[in-house]
Amino acid sequence: MITVQRSVSGSSQSPRSPSSQPFLSVSVTDPVKLGNGVQAYISYRVITKTNFPEYQGPEKIVIRRYSDFVWLRDRLFEKYKGIFIPPLPEKSAVEKFRFSAEFIEMRRQALDIFVNRIASHQELQQSEDLRTFLQADEEMMERLRSHETGIFKKKPADLMQIFKDVQSRVSDVVLGKEKPVEESNPEYEKLKNYVFELENHLAEAQKHAYRLVKRHRELGQSLSDFGKAAKLLGACEGNALGKAFSELGAKSETLSIKLQKEAHQLLMSFEEPLKDYVRAVQSIKATIAERANAFRQQCELAETIKLKEINLDKLMLTRSDKVGEAEIEYKELKAASEEATNRFETIVRLMNEEIVRFQEQKTVDMGIAFHEFAKGQARLANGIADAWRSLLPKLEVCSS
Amino acid sequence: MMGSENQGFEEAHLYASKEEMENLVLDEPLNDNKSHSNYRSALSSLADTHHPLSPPVAATPADSDPLLAPPSYSDFGNPSIHDNSYLDPPSYADVTFSPFDGDTGNDINGIESPSKSSDNSGSLSRSPSSSSEYIKITVSNPQKEQETSNSLVPGGNTYVTYLITTRTNIPEFGASEFSVRRRFRDIVTLSDRLAESYRGYFVPPRPDKNVVESQVMQKQEFVEQRRVALEKYLRRLADHPVIRKSDELKVFLQVQGKLPLPTSTDVASRMLDGAAKLPKQLFGESAVAPHEIVQPAKGGRDLLRLFKELRQSMANDWGGSKPPVVEEDKEFLERKEKMHELEQQLSNASQQAESLVKAQQDMGETMGELGLAFIKLTKFENEEAMFNSQRVRAADMKGLATAAVKASRFYRELNAQTVKHLDTFHEYLGLMLSVNGAFSDRSSALLTVQTLISELDSLHSRAEKLESASSKIFGGDKSRIHKLEELKETIRVTEDAKNVAIREYERIKGLMLDDDGI
Repeated sequence: MITVQRSVSGSSQSPRSPSSQPFLSVSVTDPVKLGNGVQAYISYRVITKTNFPEYQGPEKIVIRRYSDFVWLRDRLFEKYKGIFIPPLPEKSAVEKFRFSAEFIEMRRQALDIFVNRIASHQELQQSEDLRTFLQADEEMMERLRSHETGIFKKKPADLMQIFKDVQSRVSDVVLGKEKPVEESNPEYEKLKNYVFELENHLAEAQKHAYRLVKRHRELGQSLSDFGKAAKLLGACEGNALGKAFSELGAKSETLSIKLQKEAHQLLMSFEEPLKDYVRAVQSIKATIAERANAFRQQCELAETIKLKEINLDKLMLTRSDKVGEAEIEYKELKAASEEATNRFETIVRLMNEEIVRFQEQKTVDMGIAFHEFAKGQARLANGIADAWRSLLPKLEVCSS
Repeated sequence: MMGSENQGFEEAHLYASKEEMENLVLDEPLNDNKSHSNYRSALSSLADTHHPLSPPVAATPADSDPLLAPPSYSDFGNPSIHDNSYLDPPSYADVTFSPFDGDTGNDINGIESPSKSSDNSGSLSRSPSSSSEYIKITVSNPQKEQETSNSLVPGGNTYVTYLITTRTNIPEFGASEFSVRRRFRDIVTLSDRLAESYRGYFVPPRPDKNVVESQVMQKQEFVEQRRVALEKYLRRLADHPVIRKSDELKVFLQVQGKLPLPTSTDVASRMLDGAAKLPKQLFGESAVAPHEIVQPAKGGRDLLRLFKELRQSMANDWGGSKPPVVEEDKEFLERKEKMHELEQQLSNASQQAESLVKAQQDMGETMGELGLAFIKLTKFENEEAMFNSQRVRAADMKGLATAAVKASRFYRELNAQTVKHLDTFHEYLGLMLSVNGAFSDRSSALLTVQTLISELDSLHSRAEKLESASSKIFGGDKSRIHKLEELKETIRVTEDAKNVAIREYERIKGLMLDDDGI
């Protein structure tokens, strides 16, 4: 497994040294707002450092925007069925929030993590689309991005497949065999249930985490307001008591700042990772759907082949001149069926590997997130305790 | 001290003295290559301190704690299929702790607890008046009683009485410990009589009648709330250096049975009385009796006097000429301004204190909910675990959840403390009410003086006119002379009243000077 280096500032290994390990390191930095009004968007600088031979050079910098990342994700999803494609941060719904500093930073961080996960995945890092994404100039990227992904892009063989799918599905309906074909694999069933339930649990945890961030902000605001009020009160009183109130107010305002800082930390280091976890699980669900598709295709093709076999035998018996045609069709179908079976089995194999990798990765990610959470809370609590404690001697003077 | 946040967390970790903090294995920075065996060893040491969960309702008090509610947690007992390092579910014994009370907490932090415990929060006095004398009043034991005599409603009215126990060493009381039963109505009477007798003083305001709350709240809660309020009020009266010696208070605290103080009449009866007297006042030459002068016109039965003073106050505000006597004391005016400003700031601070309390409460709640969500996740991962990494993660989550729940309880405790201490703001606001009362006493006394002086002026000029008119008639005018006699009598009475009023005003003015310390 290749280590991912996130830092832009140089790696410890020179790309030219012959004994160096192969590496690919990417960073997404430097968000800049471009365009005007409704057309405005954020562009990011994507810096790649690598010694992979397939790449054009040791370092490359390109400018990308969010929809480019979406293109990459979609391509990978198409090509690498069975692999849990790393999740992307959501498109923001709320207009005015779209350009707030916090949102931009959160998105940048998430995009950086996205690309790096791809770059450190054994299979995905070999992807041609990744190379395109990391190296192509901006005009080419724009062309690719806005190119319609639709039926026109499909190869002829794919088209055939689609027709056959429709055909067999129709015959199923006609013959009353409408129920969806599913694997009867108890372990896989268990996995599916696990994934779906996990999403619910995680979503709830993430909801509370987000609320906690809000609470920090609210408490910070309250402390600030209270501090101001205490200071004003101190101004009324005058002499020692007044001074005491002023000190109290000042401390309160200091603490308010700490709380706002901690709220931000909590958002970036705890709530975001939780949200990322939720997205990752959703990505798994997409893969599950792909597997179901592949399985269905495989089954349908197997059905179709059986029918064709019977038909072929019939034709051969009657020495019809359609035999040749039928044989060719049969061979094609056989090939397609093998392909479908391969596809399905690949997905199964990949998923089994992926789930192990996923679980381990998540344990590490969450471990870090929890660590940060606890650190932050302890730091905050200490800070608060220190602040109040340091106030006490000043107040003691007053109450004596 | 603020710099501690710049220290590595490791130092702060050592500095933290609470044992809960030490349970967090925080000084190993995690990196991508962390082997899971590290987790396991850390976890097994944690696991050792847990006791297996039998009844989930282990040690926490049986109040409405949301964490204890779902009994299904007892299912945790089932070992999982891939049992290698089965981790115990969260033990609630971990999560309990004794409430952070003022003494132990302060000891831990190495600071002496403040000398005044907040039990005596009833007393607002910054300096005890006389150190050797004391009155300690307790209100307790609320009981329902039946209205015995002639109630309109058959089955009778019920009301609540409270046991008021006094302990004192003041000789005037004649005993050192005694109790009486009083109802809220008696407090209202006491308060009204004190307001009359101690005009110009900062008389503490009595608790509200709370008519709406008494219908809407739970009976028990309302009675308890009222008991607390009554106790605070009586203690404040006992702390007031002048009022504590009053007859009214003595009688209230000591005399068994019915309270021997004249009861206040309601507004309606007063108005009716006043209206009945009015015609006589208007047609006859009536003057205010001097002894009534010392009470403000508002709240009395003398409607005519009320009208006259109202007219005077309007003349003061909008009339062209200055009234005969004005509030000259610049110091008083300044102090009045200051008091007003103080009141505003107190009110503001009091409001912000309330928001602060709410924000703290919300924080504690959300923290607890977060912990609960992670406990559920922990259980889920453990039950569905197919890989060790899941179990490790579950262990982490459990740690987080436990900490979050503990933190939530700390916040709750913090809030209880905060509420207690910030309550003083609200009490000071109550004090401002009595200050305002004293100030308005002074203003109304001044108004009475001004009114009487104006009245005297007009009486004198009428007398002059009568005299000059009757002197023009030879032999005198029997009816006019008679009228003149009456008028002169009225003048004399009014003159007396004026003098009394002036004395009253001066008295109140005098009070202002030294009452400020209270």
